[in-house]
Amino acid sequence: MNITLGHYLTLGAILFALSVIGIFLNRKNLIVLLMAIELMLLAVNMNFVAFSHYLGDLNGQIFVFFILTVAAAESAIGLAILVQLFRNKSSINVDELNTLKG
Amino acid sequence: MLFASFRVITARNPVHAALYLVLAFFQASGIWMLLQAEFLSIALVLVYVGAVMVLFLFVVMLLDINLDSIRIGFWKHFPLAATVGAVIALELAGVLLGGFRVTEPQKQVATQLISPVAVSAVAPVDVASAAVQAADVGHMVVAQVSNTKALGVLLYTVYLYPVQVAALILLVALIAAIALTLRARKDSKFQNPADQVRVKARDRVSLVKMDAVKPAAAPAAEETQA
Repeated sequence: MNITLGHYLTLGAILFALSVIGIFLNRKNLIVLLMAIELMLLAVNMNFVAFSHYLGDLNGQIFVFFILTVAAAESAIGLAILVQLFRNKSSINVDELNTLKG
Repeated sequence: MLFASFRVITARNPVHAALYLVLAFFQASGIWMLLQAEFLSIALVLVYVGAVMVLFLFVVMLLDINLDSIRIGFWKHFPLAATVGAVIALELAGVLLGGFRVTEPQKQVATQLISPVAVSAVAPVDVASAAVQAADVGHMVVAQVSNTKALGVLLYTVYLYPVQVAALILLVALIAAIALTLRARKDSKFQNPADQVRVKARDRVSLVKMDAVKPAAAPAAEETQA
């Protein structure tokens, strides 16, 4: 049985769906929310690499490179905000982040 | 890999979740290696497992998290989450499995398809020629050299400005992360260079003109009064 492009795309789709489920399940936990976002980006990157391989076009891999860059920056800033939040509130509960509510 | 990512979202301990995420990244890197994207798979391991996940683990272990309060409402959201996730997975899998049954890597066909599309889609002449050049470069390097060299050639010729923008994004992220977490300590002793430059000689040494007196006179007077 040959592994087709559809199999890789299905893997990416299931990964994406799992991370969406994770975001819904762990509404309270900010760290796991960040991890679910990383997982989502990984699913998207999986699709990019699979398309890039099967269509013979390297531009997809370049795009994956930039997505990696942006994801690293995003997680760094997210974790910095998380640390500051924990210093101020002593918890990472999402429900307590309502001080900006008007 | 699916099991690992499943454990990421269901693990009770965030440290376990982070370690399972590392496992998922390793498996994704292996799959990318199978897809002949060697540079990206190595970069995934180095960047993600080496930097980002270590950062995650540091933060998870640094913050003393109350585990019980986190788990409240986990099962309350479960039916909604399972429904949404199943719908997304089934839709995506249905569309993708139905639409893409490509088994062989199509190199020639793809590049022949891409270049006319790129020319017709982009109106300005410079951008269109750049797109054609991109397609040509991509076609050339796929056939001949290794994946890493091909990516490098493409990255530093066609995608030079996006590379610089990405570098700028990383710089901004670096500065932002430091600025967010930096605490000015009250008790730390540090020098203020502006004050050091601005200071005048008369602020340091003040010359006082006063009459010469005998130093022993005052104690002697006190003794006589006592």
